[in-house]
Amino acid sequence: MIHETDDQLHANYKQNLKREKQFVFSWQIVILISFFGIWELASRMYWVDPLIFSSPSEVGTVIISKFSDGSMLMHTQVTLFETVLGFLIGTFLGIMMATALWSSERFSNIMDPYLVIMNAMPKVALGPIIIVAMGPGYFSIITMGAIIAVVITTLVVYSAFREVDSNYVKVLKSFKATRSQIFKEAIFPAAIPAMISTLKVNVGLSWVGVVVGEFLVSNEGLGYLIVYGFQVFDFSLVMSSLILIAIFAALMYKVVERIEVFLMKRVG
Amino acid sequence: MSFLTLDHISHHYFSKKSYTKALENISFSVKDGEFVALLGPSGCGKSTLLSIIAGIIDHTAGNIYINKQPLHKSKLDIGYMLQQDYLFPWKNIIDNVLLGPKIRREDSIEAKKRAADLLNQVGLPGITESYPDSLSGGMRQRAALVRTLMTDPKILLLDEPFSALDYQTKLKLEDLVWDMLQKYQKTSVLVTHDIGEAIAMSDRLILMDANPGSIAKTFEVPLELRNEKPFLARRHPKYQLLFDKVWAELDKNEIHDLQPKVVEPSNDT
Repeated sequence: MIHETDDQLHANYKQNLKREKQFVFSWQIVILISFFGIWELASRMYWVDPLIFSSPSEVGTVIISKFSDGSMLMHTQVTLFETVLGFLIGTFLGIMMATALWSSERFSNIMDPYLVIMNAMPKVALGPIIIVAMGPGYFSIITMGAIIAVVITTLVVYSAFREVDSNYVKVLKSFKATRSQIFKEAIFPAAIPAMISTLKVNVGLSWVGVVVGEFLVSNEGLGYLIVYGFQVFDFSLVMSSLILIAIFAALMYKVVERIEVFLMKRVG
Repeated sequence: MSFLTLDHISHHYFSKKSYTKALENISFSVKDGEFVALLGPSGCGKSTLLSIIAGIIDHTAGNIYINKQPLHKSKLDIGYMLQQDYLFPWKNIIDNVLLGPKIRREDSIEAKKRAADLLNQVGLPGITESYPDSLSGGMRQRAALVRTLMTDPKILLLDEPFSALDYQTKLKLEDLVWDMLQKYQKTSVLVTHDIGEAIAMSDRLILMDANPGSIAKTFEVPLELRNEKPFLARRHPKYQLLFDKVWAELDKNEIHDLQPKVVEPSNDT
């Protein structure tokens, strides 16, 4: 039997790792290509109605032409802007509300049933009321994006605040720290990892809020294009918007994931 | 002169259905500069007692005086060391150590000087920028000691501060803590379940009984042991003698310590 050196063993290990990665990646590509391939084929062969299900080539043409006349870019920008803003506002307000709940045990006890109701309530059902109250336009749609994320953020962050090891608080109390000092020095920094992980959830939720908002009221944005395409029976446009939403939602999720990794490294 | 006086302290833990008496009629006093160890089985309420002295939980009956003032009125600083270091992992060592002065909004340049000096004394020079997770358990606990000493507390409460360390580190740290407390003439109360540690470090042992927590017996540590560092005290012939006496006493109490007593209030009250 030949004895391999440590370096060789390590090289073998790396080789295996690389092979596995390549295997996974090639299957991912196969699935992607066959999805679009079968879609195209089914449409060309009239296995499905091309008027309803469109086809990748058709969708590609629509996307290119709409981007070249600038209209698609505008719609995409609007939706992205609303989503990012809704996401930020929702997250920020959620953390603020969690802070308020933490600051007084009594306040939190009083609020408890209302939080349960707000959490259980399907927030998109509030859409029409928000639109009537805030007027049709960006404002309402951003509110939709924010409101859908705010309650869950409040609940998750508040429970993270409560789960902070009480011994850190003990240390601070031995220095006679005030409640706000305890919050600033221990509770908030200790809960940062939990807050960061709510970001990923919130990104997805904000997309839901914004797209539904655009369904209801807007004359701009990808959600609007879906509804418009549906009304004029242009399903290539609907499919194009869907694909753009899928791409941008995934990109945003990835960006947040990167931010998460970066922040986690810093707060350790 | 007695520095800390506990006068018939009792403590109850209440829940909706019942209550548990954690401490009953605890009375003792600690002289200025004295080192007292509270020794007892787990669940005898010794840590609770320490939290009460620290003012972190309120006792349900009795009085505590520090420097002849009621505890809640006293502005005196109390140093508190816990079972683990509880250094804040998101702060580097210097910021951890400066936590006390920061809370009290004290001059930071002077505090920084003092911090560097104390870190040197405990054998931790040049790690001010490191984060706690890059340090060993013993180093972390030493940094925690510095954090406790930074505000120059008149009394130090030690809640099993060596229990999470390996034996060797523990012995070394006992000596170090003992040294520092001697040097700065601190009044100290140590809570432990380790008979050896209690004898080696303290001037007086207060043996506690469980269910409810109460004082069973007090032992004076012989002068020869008091004046030795803990490591050397452990080798002194009188050490074993006292150890056996305390052991016998603890053995005697063991039988009625087994069941925690939960009191259910009767309906007619």
